[in-house]
Amino acid sequence: MDDAIVLKYEVSPDDFTRAGEASSDVKGKLKQMGVPPDAVRKVAIAMYEGEINMVIHAKGGEITVTITPEKITMVLADVGPGIPDVELAMQAGYSTAPDAIRSLGFGAGMGLPNMKKYTDEMKIDTTVGVGTTITMVVNL
Amino acid sequence: MTVKELADTKKYQVVNLGDGTERSIGKVFCCDLLSIAMGRAPAGCAWVTVMGNMNTLAVASLADAACVILAEGMELDGAAKKKAAEQGITVLASERPVFDTALEIYEMISGTASGKKD
Repeated sequence: MDDAIVLKYEVSPDDFTRAGEASSDVKGKLKQMGVPPDAVRKVAIAMYEGEINMVIHAKGGEITVTITPEKITMVLADVGPGIPDVELAMQAGYSTAPDAIRSLGFGAGMGLPNMKKYTDEMKIDTTVGVGTTITMVVNL
Repeated sequence: MTVKELADTKKYQVVNLGDGTERSIGKVFCCDLLSIAMGRAPAGCAWVTVMGNMNTLAVASLADAACVILAEGMELDGAAKKKAAEQGITVLASERPVFDTALEIYEMISGTASGKKD
């Protein structure tokens, strides 16, 4: 793993004007590294969905992106409320987002399904009242 | 049809001319729910929407849309305009409804004109 590149980002809670900055930065860096456009797009979409979730549901958190020649791994860790029913949360259309969030165009209940759709591996570790860590992998 | 050619038709107000204007527009995509657009907007699409906030631009950039067309006379606010310029996202605007705008672009990129007989 000597050739791994690690990027770290802090995600601020309740700041929708800045939501997406980390994902945009990763997208730019991956493009510069010559990662294939399809993989860049998958990472950008999956990470942005996770980032938005951290802004909406958690009190922010930290994202770590590890890039190797074989794969890109994103770990999104928050100290939010946790997900009581992961299976339900994974259902397309299920959302607990408040009305204010919906008026911004989010809250369609597509975040987690989109993250699964655009990644090759996805793992959710969550404990109610403690937080959630989502690990996603896009193979290169 | 490229993004620049679409902007050059003068049919739309050019809110911001971004990078990659030589990019070819592959499809037209309509959706106002950003969560849906994020997962479904095809790369290289012309995205027609009435949702003109900062997050629209983030989704357009991350989902790799070719350009955004704001329909129904919707406008970007100052902060969103700044973001469009910073991120190099082409944003056009139309007074017309979403469907009419999308159909017009579809006809231009596909070389068809359903309203014309000859």
